[in-house]
Amino acid sequence: MSRNNRRLLADGIARAIVYAMALLALVPLSLVLLYTVANGLPALTHLDFFIHVERPVGIPGAGVAHAIVGTAVMVGLASLMSIPVGIIGGVNLVEYGRARVASWIRLAADVLVGTPSIAIGLFVYALLVAPFKHFSGFAGSVALAVLMLPVVIRATEAAVALVPGGLREAGLALGLARWRVALQLVLPAAAPGVLTGAMLAVARAAGETAPLLFTGFGNRFFTTNPAQPMSALPLIVYHDALTPYPSLVEQAWGAALMLILLTLVVNLASRYALRRQIALAGKL
Amino acid sequence: MQEKERGSTLAAPTASAQLRTLPGGTETRISIEGVDFYYGRFQALNDIDLKIQDKRITALIGPSGCGKSTLLRILNRMYDLVPGSRAEGRVMFEGENILTARNLLELRQNIGMVFQKPSLFPMSIRDNVGFALRLHGWKKSRVAEAVERSLKDANLWEEVKDRLDAPGVSLSGGQQQRLSIARCLAVQPKVILMDEPASALDPISTLKIEDLMARLVNDYTIVIVTHNMQQASRVADYTAFMLMNPENRAGELVEFAPTVELFQRPRDRRTEDYITGRFG
Ligand SMILES: Nc1ncnc2c1ncn2[C@@H]1O[C@H](COP(=O)(O)OP(=O)(O)OP(=O)(O)O)[C@@H](O)[C@H]1O
Ligand SMILES: [Mg+2]
Repeated sequence: MSRNNRRLLADGIARAIVYAMALLALVPLSLVLLYTVANGLPALTHLDFFIHVERPVGIPGAGVAHAIVGTAVMVGLASLMSIPVGIIGGVNLVEYGRARVASWIRLAADVLVGTPSIAIGLFVYALLVAPFKHFSGFAGSVALAVLMLPVVIRATEAAVALVPGGLREAGLALGLARWRVALQLVLPAAAPGVLTGAMLAVARAAGETAPLLFTGFGNRFFTTNPAQPMSALPLIVYHDALTPYPSLVEQAWGAALMLILLTLVVNLASRYALRRQIALAGKL
Repeated sequence: MQEKERGSTLAAPTASAQLRTLPGGTETRISIEGVDFYYGRFQALNDIDLKIQDKRITALIGPSGCGKSTLLRILNRMYDLVPGSRAEGRVMFEGENILTARNLLELRQNIGMVFQKPSLFPMSIRDNVGFALRLHGWKKSRVAEAVERSLKDANLWEEVKDRLDAPGVSLSGGQQQRLSIARCLAVQPKVILMDEPASALDPISTLKIEDLMARLVNDYTIVIVTHNMQQASRVADYTAFMLMNPENRAGELVEFAPTVELFQRPRDRRTEDYITGRFG
């Protein structure tokens, strides 16, 4: 065999291995997806699923509207709390990166990212539930906000760092204040990347169960009042999936499928936003 | 391109540039007095004395790394962005020492800067020029007037007046650079610093920038860093030649004179070596 042929063969084998590995990595993903779709789709085909709340077992027409709204309210409140703070924090990391505050923020974000979400739930329980002896959607949203914060901070930091230094210099050379350059010039140039981070944080928060166990707790009834205990889609999965009642199990699968679809949509959207960010940064 | 230019006979400066350097015609706008500059421990500039003349073009030339950009960035305190950097001496502008100036925003409005890369804002042509004015709190109608005036002053108006809302980055390289000059003019500086403003441009765009400078100097004081000696001899009224001291690598001012004199009768041997191309 000539040297060239040997090289071609080696190349072919290496390629085959790489493809095999890639396919292997796809197996769990596609299994989860297929299995959830197969089990969850029936629930999603009933309108009741979206517009009704829980009913006693055996009575038809039950739904998870209370959980959908609970997730929306808690994640919405958590976003209001964590996204602005996270964006300012992330900008601070890049623009004033050497200041002492920045190193604290970075440390806090790193620790928070690694903290188990159940611990965050416990912390918020001690802070906002135990003293009032009352679970609440608000406590749930605080727990989710704590979870989201480091994701937003780090994504903002990465997006802002992509903005070329020349843009800052050009702004400062016009006599603009540093904070204005950071917030009104650099941050808009990083907007698609920041948006990506915020969306990923939202998807993560929407899918979390553990932080809600001792905070939002769950609620069989429909409520939009964050002072009350609140249900959420992951809590439905958690509570209903292992019950002996097929109707509840079906609901749990439905809720799981909704969460997966949400994550999928958010990821696709964030990819698009990230591509725009890179294109934008390239042009500046 | 630069290699070829060295050693060739340099273009004679225009008559107007010669007239502008006649003694007594102008006064000092910025007075650089005994300036040393440090990046941390490294001394980048040593004892620079230079008088920038009002409504004249002063060129800073010299080999790479001799501190031209550093000197330029002292004049609008851009070096403040580099942690650990520090300047000593005095740079007098309007009765105040720039090095100890408190109000950097006002200083940078008075002393604008154009960079090698246009670094346009991710906005429309119109907003690139008007952005700073809007943030400075100008009324809409005044901003619109200033945008038009600045684009006209930057010789760009005719080319963009029908597409003011197109993104700035959709323009050609030369147009982008003129847009960045318009952006700088909009805040009505008194002095314009230019760091190799044409070194990334084609010859025709370069000539347009040079024409523009010759017009702007009627109203502004201009300091330009250039690698291109022909460019210096074409546009500058005064030229400062800088060189790195081989012992401590600090940049020093070798010779400062009216451009005609510096290129035709250099007083320092090292200047002569450099402009005739006998020098790295
Ligand atoms: N941010 C910085 N930190 C440390 N040293 C620096 C920094 N910027 C420049 N220097 C050093 O200071 C010296 C002068 O640099 P400067 O950029 O002023 O040179 P220049 O004459 O503009 O060169 P060029 O013609 O290549 O642009 C060089 O030795 C350079 O390495
Ligand atoms: Mg330079």
